Amino acid sequence: MMEELALHIMDILQNSLAAGANEIVLDIEEDEERDTLKIKVEDDGRGMGPDELSKVQDPFYTTKRKSHVGLGIPMFKWVAEHCDGHFSMESELGRGTRLEASFRMSHIDRPPMGDLSGTLLSLVVANPGVRFVIRYRGRGEFVFDSKDVKEILGDVPFTFPEVLRFLREYVEKGLGEVRRAI
Amino acid sequence: MGRIKLEDLRKIREETKKKMDVREGTYEYRIVVPMGTSGIAAGARDVLKGFLDAIAEHDLHNVIVTQTGFMGTDVIQPVALVEDREGNKVMYCNLNAEKAKEIIERHIMKGEKVKEYVVSTPLE
Repeated sequence: MMEELALHIMDILQNSLAAGANEIVLDIEEDEERDTLKIKVEDDGRGMGPDELSKVQDPFYTTKRKSHVGLGIPMFKWVAEHCDGHFSMESELGRGTRLEASFRMSHIDRPPMGDLSGTLLSLVVANPGVRFVIRYRGRGEFVFDSKDVKEILGDVPFTFPEVLRFLREYVEKGLGEVRRAI
Repeated sequence: MGRIKLEDLRKIREETKKKMDVREGTYEYRIVVPMGTSGIAAGARDVLKGFLDAIAEHDLHNVIVTQTGFMGTDVIQPVALVEDREGNKVMYCNLNAEKAKEIIERHIMKGEKVKEYVVSTPLE
């Protein structure tokens, strides 16, 4: 099992990458009043038909041999539903996939968010050809669009040490300002 | 202390660009970290982060890091493939952040294979 929501997010976004997405939007919202944490992912990957869509959510149907999707989605779904939340997925062939999971923030079994900046940095740096739009809403809003970074960098690689140091600080501080201790 | 501005990256870019032109923008090594569900559950993200942190710490410009989907087998996760410019590949297995740092310090910086963590035959 995964001990951090940030690892589930890493895994869910891998499915978007495997589906050939060029743009992935990740939206995380802490709603203190409603005691809810919402995680949404939207991609422009190849999408799935109704059959495949139901199979990827079912732990007994997914096998690595047939599909690029493993047990990650059923696990994430199970955790959300177990934590008094909801899970839904929509997809359209050739258009992309949307996934939404919510959790009761105060549920005793809700995994901590964990190292979200580690997840985001790894994804952005190791997939320079993909546009990641990340929006985190907590005490305020932090928005990160890797397209802006790419436009500034031009042909300078994301993995240059100067760039890595900057991005690490930028994302860690940006998230740190808006994230509650969850 | 104010928030860092993305615009500050522009200055970094200008300075970095000069260094890059000197080096003709080529890299000597490419590290690929597979990110299947079993890899992530076993710590692949922290391994990737470990590579990045070591690159930042040692100020290395000769290596790039990318990721891919599942590769290898479940039991040897997390893994990483190090490929040099000549196409020689070394697959490391059962990694963690510390081992990733060691691979940077020995393989990437000194050109010496870290035999202890190598999978017997490189996998495609």
